Amino acid sequence: MIPGVSITEILTLTSILFFIGVYGFITRKNLISILISVELILNSSVVNFVVINKYLYPEMLQGMVYSIFIIAVAAAETALAVAIIINIYRRLSSVEVRETETMKY
Amino acid sequence: MEKVIFYLLAIIMVASAIASVSSRRMLRSVVYLLFVLIGAAGLYFLMDYNFLAAIQLTVYAGGIVVLIIFSVLLIQHIEMELEIAKSSRRWFSALLCLMGLSIFLGTIYSHPFAVAETTSTTTVAEIGRALLSFEKGGFILPFEVISILLLAAMIGAITIAKGGKEIKQEVPESLDIDKILQDAKQQAEEKVMELESSTKN
Repeated sequence: MIPGVSITEILTLTSILFFIGVYGFITRKNLISILISVELILNSSVVNFVVINKYLYPEMLQGMVYSIFIIAVAAAETALAVAIIINIYRRLSSVEVRETETMKY
Repeated sequence: MEKVIFYLLAIIMVASAIASVSSRRMLRSVVYLLFVLIGAAGLYFLMDYNFLAAIQLTVYAGGIVVLIIFSVLLIQHIEMELEIAKSSRRWFSALLCLMGLSIFLGTIYSHPFAVAETTSTTTVAEIGRALLSFEKGGFILPFEVISILLLAAMIGAITIAKGGKEIKQEVPESLDIDKILQDAKQQAEEKVMELESSTKN
């Protein structure tokens, strides 16, 4: 654990990061900006897993291993999202959410 | 000392996260996201999880951010500014997020955490054994599932980004406006030619 820093302080930091991500997810109107907000949310949840593992169960590995899995899933999700965004841009010449309201094709 | 570093990292992370969701230049917003991710790696280093910090730096800061920057450069003109939501909507969502945050913080500060007094260093060898162990508490099944997921995501990304043939809607011939117009134009041209030849004679 970090000497002099309690678990509640780190959990406060990750909660603030999580809700900044939620705020960006709601207010942004561009697909790439929404992807960035999702990365913020995922990253704060990963930090949460690690902190709880380190402070409450220091001899276990569960939180650590699951954070590795979350990072892998996030990488896969980003690759797919970027592929979809590039395909949408090729068809519509725009990545604004407003333009992608139909699922015609 | 660690306390000072932690607060420094926390301030950098929160400020960069706010800048990342409010910046109107897309490329800058990605670079602010990079600062947040590097700050998280610093937190892992502080907590003595060196392997996880290395993964965070290579996969997140190295891979994902570069991928997003590539897509921004492919899609956006760098000088273009993003449009922002209406200010009433922004205030409403900020209020909503603050409410959610206060609920979270109320729960966190009222819960008695049984913090363990001991601390132990996790070596990379232990993580490797846990990931490939068949026994109780081993992670061989999720490990294999993740490998299949990564393969599927790779194939899917290639297929989607490559793009296929454009699908054209079939229109019945009697309703095809272009064809009708073309026929009419051809007939008109023929008529003009006829008229011209008759006036010459």
